[in-house]
Amino acid sequence: MEQVRNIANMDHQHKQAVVEIKNLRKNFGSQEVLKNVSLELYNGENLVVLGKSGSGKSVLIKCIVRLLTPDDGTINVLGENVSSLKRNELSELRKKIGFLFQSGALYDSMTVKENLEFPLRRIKKKMPQKEMDEKIAEVLENVGLSDALHKMPSQLSGGMRKRISLARTIIVDPKIMLYDEPTTGLDPVTSDEISLLINQVQKKYKTSSIIITHDIECARATADRLVMLHHGEVYKDGNIEDYEKSDDPFIKSFFKD
Amino acid sequence: MKTKSPVIKIVPKIRDVSIKVSDKTMVKTEEANEFLVEVANFFLFLTRTVREMFSGSFEFKEFLRQCHQIGYKSLPLISITGAIMGLVLTIQSRPVLDDFGAVSLLPSMVAISLIREIGPVITALICAGKVGSGIGAELGSMKVTEQIDAMEVSSTNPMRFLVVTRVLAATLMIPLLVLYADAMGIMGSWAGANIKGDVSFILFISQAFSAFELIDFIPAVVKTFFFGAVIGLVGSYKGYTAGRGTESVGVAANSAVVLSSLLVIIVDMIAVQITDMLI
Repeated sequence: MEQVRNIANMDHQHKQAVVEIKNLRKNFGSQEVLKNVSLELYNGENLVVLGKSGSGKSVLIKCIVRLLTPDDGTINVLGENVSSLKRNELSELRKKIGFLFQSGALYDSMTVKENLEFPLRRIKKKMPQKEMDEKIAEVLENVGLSDALHKMPSQLSGGMRKRISLARTIIVDPKIMLYDEPTTGLDPVTSDEISLLINQVQKKYKTSSIIITHDIECARATADRLVMLHHGEVYKDGNIEDYEKSDDPFIKSFFKD
Repeated sequence: MKTKSPVIKIVPKIRDVSIKVSDKTMVKTEEANEFLVEVANFFLFLTRTVREMFSGSFEFKEFLRQCHQIGYKSLPLISITGAIMGLVLTIQSRPVLDDFGAVSLLPSMVAISLIREIGPVITALICAGKVGSGIGAELGSMKVTEQIDAMEVSSTNPMRFLVVTRVLAATLMIPLLVLYADAMGIMGSWAGANIKGDVSFILFISQAFSAFELIDFIPAVVKTFFFGAVIGLVGSYKGYTAGRGTESVGVAANSAVVLSSLLVIIVDMIAVQITDMLI
């Protein structure tokens, strides 16, 4: 097993890190959520971050896009230190990052089409309407919801909302994807479909992704590498085989079957 | 008889003075501190909103949507309220004026009352309820469901898209709604005057505006812009700074109504004082 890890580490030495997090700390009042977290996301990989609820997984990816400001440590995304960027520089960097929110975060007052147009109009300002319509049709087809164009978010099921939200995220061709609990609240069949979509996005759009989850099936289906967070610290970093064969009781509690 | 323990006990020492503060005093201090922090945050929000108004591109489409939402969709409510205001004011005032033999002054008295004070304040209070709570609840639920975060990560400035458009739309639409409510009020007053009399509409209008000068009209209109700004700003502030739970949406909507209603009354008082000094 160590050999497998070493091979994996050797692979990483040849890969370029698109996200580098060093000694990240984040507190909320007196509660230490992240304590000295360091990890890397390599180009083209799907990195799953596992952990119990409240272990700081969502806080971690929100720090990456600076929705939350870290108390200490550095985060480099595509070679830029996120903490030191000015507002317009941060805005430029965010154009290269897709963020799939746990709740989907579709704009309630807009139709599916308007939801998909929203980032396009802001990020690809010079795109002609015809090209925009083609792009919308393409991403909707990719997520299997071509007929939902004129629906309102309230008319969509939980799984459909997640798919549309994914479509809205990939429509601007991001280089990095951040998935916050993509399968939470979904039935097993829809969860599998979302996991499949995550892999398709990785292949088709050549994205590097961080997938925050506590759904082991999703982790198994999507992970090239897994990092486990426990009490705000990196507990283990390895591939799925490392975890499944581990004797550690905490890790075993995740991989029961 | 019980002896009360002192709330504040000052114990002199050789070099310094120790002060014992009761729990109740500590709670009051914390509440005062929270209030001051809230006031400071509100002014920071106001400053940021003004700064965003004059920087970057203007979200014109969203501004028009908000004008439609705040202005056009409030018309039925304002129509009914305005007409009833005029009608009730006329019916209530007639007996008093009758006692003094001054019924002929009824149209001008109602018009001056409506246009100077009752129309702007009642319309603003109704809008504080309808528009303020709507903005507070909408932005609050957007915050809870991470829609504001989603906007931020898709390189859109949510302050500019959500707050600036709503504040400007409210600032523009509330004065128009007030003018509309005034017009409906005068119509209602004419209807009220005709319950116990027979006055033609033309005569009623000419009598209503006979004692009216432009200088009466300007302060009444100017203050409505401030009413609109207050309603838009407070609703946006309460929604934008809502907590994370669903309960906070209700709290945001409720506190938006309460605070904007209070501020409308305070702004009105200041406007009346300023008008009184200038005219």
